[in-house]
Amino acid sequence: MSFIPGQPVSAVVQRIEIHKLWDGDNLILGFSIGGGIDQDPSQNPFSEDKADKGIYVTRVSKGGPAEVAGLRLGDKIMQVNGWDMTMVTHDQARKKLTKKNEDVVRLLVTRRSLEDAVRQSMMQH
Amino acid sequence: MDTESAYSGYSYYSGRSRGSHRHGERSRDRHKSRSKESSRSEKSVTINAPPAEPLLGDQSVRGEEVQDDNWGETTTAVTGTSEHSLSQEDIVRISKDLDDSVGLDCKRYLNVALSVILGLVVFLTPLAFLILPHLLWPDRLRACGTACEGLFISVAFKLLILLLAVWALFFRPPRAGLPRIFVFRALLATLVLLFVLSYWLFYGVRILDSQDEDYQGIVQYAVSLVDALLFIHYLAIVLLELRQLQPFFSLCVTRSTDGATQHYNLGQLSIQRAAVVILENYYKDFPVHNPALLAASKSRAAKHLAGLKVYNVDGPGENNAAAGIAQSQSRAMIAAAARRRDSSHNELYYEEAEHERRVRKRRARLVVAVEEAFTHIRRMQEEEQKKAPGDVMDPREAAQAIFPSMARALQKYLRTTRQQHLHSMESIQQHLAFSITNNMTPKAFLESYLTTGPTLQYGKDRWLARQWTLISEASVTSGLKDGSVFLLKCIDFSLVVTTKKIPYIQLAEEFIDPKSHKFMLRLQSETSV
Repeated sequence: MSFIPGQPVSAVVQRIEIHKLWDGDNLILGFSIGGGIDQDPSQNPFSEDKADKGIYVTRVSKGGPAEVAGLRLGDKIMQVNGWDMTMVTHDQARKKLTKKNEDVVRLLVTRRSLEDAVRQSMMQH
Repeated sequence: MDTESAYSGYSYYSGRSRGSHRHGERSRDRHKSRSKESSRSEKSVTINAPPAEPLLGDQSVRGEEVQDDNWGETTTAVTGTSEHSLSQEDIVRISKDLDDSVGLDCKRYLNVALSVILGLVVFLTPLAFLILPHLLWPDRLRACGTACEGLFISVAFKLLILLLAVWALFFRPPRAGLPRIFVFRALLATLVLLFVLSYWLFYGVRILDSQDEDYQGIVQYAVSLVDALLFIHYLAIVLLELRQLQPFFSLCVTRSTDGATQHYNLGQLSIQRAAVVILENYYKDFPVHNPALLAASKSRAAKHLAGLKVYNVDGPGENNAAAGIAQSQSRAMIAAAARRRDSSHNELYYEEAEHERRVRKRRARLVVAVEEAFTHIRRMQEEEQKKAPGDVMDPREAAQAIFPSMARALQKYLRTTRQQHLHSMESIQQHLAFSITNNMTPKAFLESYLTTGPTLQYGKDRWLARQWTLISEASVTSGLKDGSVFLLKCIDFSLVVTTKKIPYIQLAEEFIDPKSHKFMLRLQSETSV
């Protein structure tokens, strides 16, 4: 998951489908995001590369739709419903996730353990 | 009683040297001061004015010291090195004073005489140029027109300006006596002499011999001489005064006995002139040299050496083996000293802590005593002066009145900080009278006793201004160079001076547009979705 500005990023991703839940008047997904190109990347506790300005999952509420769907703390969200999340501002990311007319969001997320698992399985062969 | 106070009134250091010679023990010093204290506490009951003249004490001390030399040989106990060397220095100092006051002034007088003669010759030359034609061939001389007479005024005023300028620059009391000639002054004197001689030569050949009738030309010639002399004076100012103003070297001066260091920035000077500047600054910047403070480290060093002894068990060896034996002996001593577990660092630490505590205690007592003493007197107002004066005292009497109440505390404090030889009772009372006259607070009065000041603050006998020796590898008239080292030696200590060139500073400029100062917030927001 190395991040070189200007170079295409390649990562091992996992597809996660979250079904939004009605909480009173709002549709919630059950997690919090941090990061964005307008934010300070050095404060991110989850990123390996402190210059990475991507969107990260900073909190997953227990028993919520995100946890049920398999989202973990520290995941980097690469795409939401086909929209890119690696070069967006914090607010744009929030908007893409909280569209009122969508019930389901399909995320592509990446984490360190995925890479390790793939590398291990490749080494076994 | 009064004669005894004259002895105790003279500087404590000579009193101490007398005491040590006579009895050969350091503790006797304390006995002596205690006897002084008791006499002073008796004085608190009956106030007598102690005699002011130290001259009496001076002669008698000198007489004592001649006698003391014999005493020194017959004592059996050996005193500590500091007291012994102090009295030796007294003798050396007094004999040197006698020497210096008599001889070696002829060099200075010769210089003054030569420069006065040169000045007279130079000053009278233009006047001679103007007057000689009138004396030698007055009838053939063409009459002097208005332009020519205008030139007379110009010559007169330029000569006046030259006179004032020479007086301002050269007729100042000399600051110091230098070991070698002052090169720039000698060069300038030579230049002026050659210049005037060449003018005389020209005048003698072209004007006197041919008896020129053009008086205006002669007057213009004299005016040109005076102009050139003014320019030479300008050259003298630049060479002697202005050239060394721009700082070029930084000199680091360290005192060899206690390591006190100062830095001075000087321009391009010769070594002897730099030495004079340094010494002038030494008297105001360096704390006064106090040999009593060095006794502790000397005793520690003596203890280190005395701990080990080397015995040669194999008997006396041959000559060429002796050097080898001596070398191996010293190496063995050093190795043994390194291996020995010695606790002198422990002693030093506790001794210093104890000393610190004692000094602070005595200082507190002293400050309280002085403050209380100052409350006993009050300045009299104008109106009260006109009424019948009761017990009116002038500052000196007032000082003597309040001195006994603080004398004991002050003396104890001075003894603890080992300053007692720097202040005599007379000087303390004088300082007290001075403080009272100038409305100083007790703290201001105490300032000169609580902190050791520069050497200028103390009496003239501490200055040793005539005994500096310049020791230098390079010639003393050569200029300072980066890395040159020289020594200024006095009887008790020496000042080590090292030179460093001030670095050439390359300054670069950068322009920052005031509009370019812009800021952004650093955000780390977290939104829940």
